Amino acid sequence: MSEIAITVEGLGKRYRIGANQQAYKTLKEKLTQTATAPFRAAQHLLTRNGNGNSQSAIRNSKSGAFWALKDVSFEVKRGDVLGIIGRNGAGKSTLLKILSRITEPTEGYADIHGRVASLLEVGTGFQPELTGRENILLNGSILGMKHAEIRRRFDEIVAFAEVEQFIDTPVKHYSSGMYVRLAFAVAAHLDPEILLVDEVLAVGDIDFQKKCVGSMQSVADSGRTVLLVSHNLALVESLCNRALLLDEGRVSSNGPTANVISDYLSKYQLNDSEDLSHHPRKNPKSSAWFSSIQMLNRDGEPASDFRAGDEFTVKLGITVESPILQPWIGIRFRTPADQLICHIANREAGYQLPAISSASKIECQISSLNLLPGRYFVDLLLADMLNRHYDKLSGAAYFDVREADVLQSGMPMNQAYGLVFFPSKWKLIETSAKLV
Amino acid sequence: MNSESAIRHPPSAVPTLRIAPSKGWVPLKLGELWEYRELLYFLVWRDVKVRYKQTALGASWAIIQPFLTMVVFSIFFGHLAKVPSDGIPYPIFSFAALVPWTFFANGLSQSSNSLVGSGMLISKVYFPRLIIPLASVFSGIVDFAIAFLVMLAMMLYYGLVPTLNVIWLPLFLLLALVTSLGVGLWLSALNVEYRDVRYVVPFITQFWLLATPIAYPSSLLHQPWRSLYGLNPMVGVVEGFRWALLRSNSAPGPIIAISASAAIVILITGAFYFRRMEKTFADIV
Repeated sequence: MSEIAITVEGLGKRYRIGANQQAYKTLKEKLTQTATAPFRAAQHLLTRNGNGNSQSAIRNSKSGAFWALKDVSFEVKRGDVLGIIGRNGAGKSTLLKILSRITEPTEGYADIHGRVASLLEVGTGFQPELTGRENILLNGSILGMKHAEIRRRFDEIVAFAEVEQFIDTPVKHYSSGMYVRLAFAVAAHLDPEILLVDEVLAVGDIDFQKKCVGSMQSVADSGRTVLLVSHNLALVESLCNRALLLDEGRVSSNGPTANVISDYLSKYQLNDSEDLSHHPRKNPKSSAWFSSIQMLNRDGEPASDFRAGDEFTVKLGITVESPILQPWIGIRFRTPADQLICHIANREAGYQLPAISSASKIECQISSLNLLPGRYFVDLLLADMLNRHYDKLSGAAYFDVREADVLQSGMPMNQAYGLVFFPSKWKLIETSAKLV
Repeated sequence: MNSESAIRHPPSAVPTLRIAPSKGWVPLKLGELWEYRELLYFLVWRDVKVRYKQTALGASWAIIQPFLTMVVFSIFFGHLAKVPSDGIPYPIFSFAALVPWTFFANGLSQSSNSLVGSGMLISKVYFPRLIIPLASVFSGIVDFAIAFLVMLAMMLYYGLVPTLNVIWLPLFLLLALVTSLGVGLWLSALNVEYRDVRYVVPFITQFWLLATPIAYPSSLLHQPWRSLYGLNPMVGVVEGFRWALLRSNSAPGPIIAISASAAIVILITGAFYFRRMEKTFADIV
């Protein structure tokens, strides 16, 4: 069996800008278009006989084009779980669409060795009028499962989705949670050798997300090859052994996940704050939400990497649509294993924030970051004193604490000593004689 | 996907798929279409089920449309204008043509809009795109079957007994299907790029209705015009239906041969044009 699952060589995709605008023309334009459409079609056929690209060339001169991907080359080994990261518009989704054969590349090629299934969206082709049972059959078939296979795994799918009682109810009567669970359940039972996934995990409530991650983990552990496109660095870090960083359509970094993520962080996060507006949320955004987060080191510089015991500052951007009278803002640190370390909040710190009614920035300064070296995740909560919750973000950011001789003893401490440290003073107060 | 090659090669070999830009005309890949037949089945099943669940009158729409047209035609053309009907009662004369015509016209309009209507699916999942217009045309067969039962009831009412010629009927239905699909492929692919197609389709069906001997008998035309007339594949379909069910005319062999050839040309060119345009669908839809 070949060791390579996917080879991508010089892949490029050019989009025509404004290709969609045709749908929005005026009636007059529509009429002239109708009159000339057959001629234009004929012209395309004629001109393209000699030159395969002349249609695009014509468009280029009119409206320009841009390369969503350019010169992308990489290899994925069998059993690798590759995370594809990058900012919005970096070409992640385009790459996945090409590998899924939804759209064709403009140049280059990709070889895929093995049965492939792709999951770009949860619940593609779901029909509200049809029952849960009918949608499982339909959606499974759309995702490429054979009828016999769907029948065989039907009960598993229903159990995974936890919708046993409503399986014969039209899905238009489902709650959004049930809908998403059912949709993911079908997808989770795909059984390909190579799985291409686009951020579909950012759905459902936290418990279900964990279940989804668990099922992704089992796919990854079973030795299948997975390509995962995600904004969620924490997820990529926990699931993927390798990662690929795309920047403006080109491969900017490729290698072990930790290296690629630190490339990503050094490339972007140091310069500006992390945008939180599109971060996956448990609940839809209400009238106020966190729009950005930025962490600063003791020199006041943006950082994602801190020395234990140093000063640590978090700056939060908040977007407000209707005023919050007595804001209560909570910051939680937790471990990658989801263990809560501490909850820091303005109310508990005795600071009464004034009412905020427009976009605001809030700063929280921690004089000594008493965490031992390792990685820590930051969760955010925006509420008011009446405990009305506006926004809740899990894994809004994360930071690393570097090993440091925090207690100035020449004995650096690490996580073998626990998660936190307390500066302490020692003295001998009593001893029986004969010390020497 | 490529499970065919997986079976043929020794088990150690893994099917390899190459994704690369295509240029110009591309093969139809009928083998792959066959592998996706279950998806075709489910899409047809979905179309039929949703249509009958969503509409208040459900399956009766399949009857109402051709039946009311028949009533209107009978009053205006048969009764008032005294259009000849080859010695057959006018209502059943026109209904025998309206049943396959309705199948054709609905298949045509639904397949023309099918790609644009399935934009979400096209931009999120891969499958041979030909399946989409195919499913739209196939789902009309259920409506056809219901309308055909009404046809049989009417024949009973008029005391007409079908002859053995009726065994050819599936072939004429196939001819209507091929025509509908062929034109549907052209229009659906054009519709993705030129959204005007949706405005053009009603015109096309209206003109086509008049260019087909539905309200009048084709015996009004004389040779050689009548053979030329056969270039409209629906002429062959309607002639075939009338011959098989009502024996209203002599065996329309030559006309059907012309119609079938025309339909096959439309289908093959339509399929190739569709495949050629296919790569742009996901980007534009």
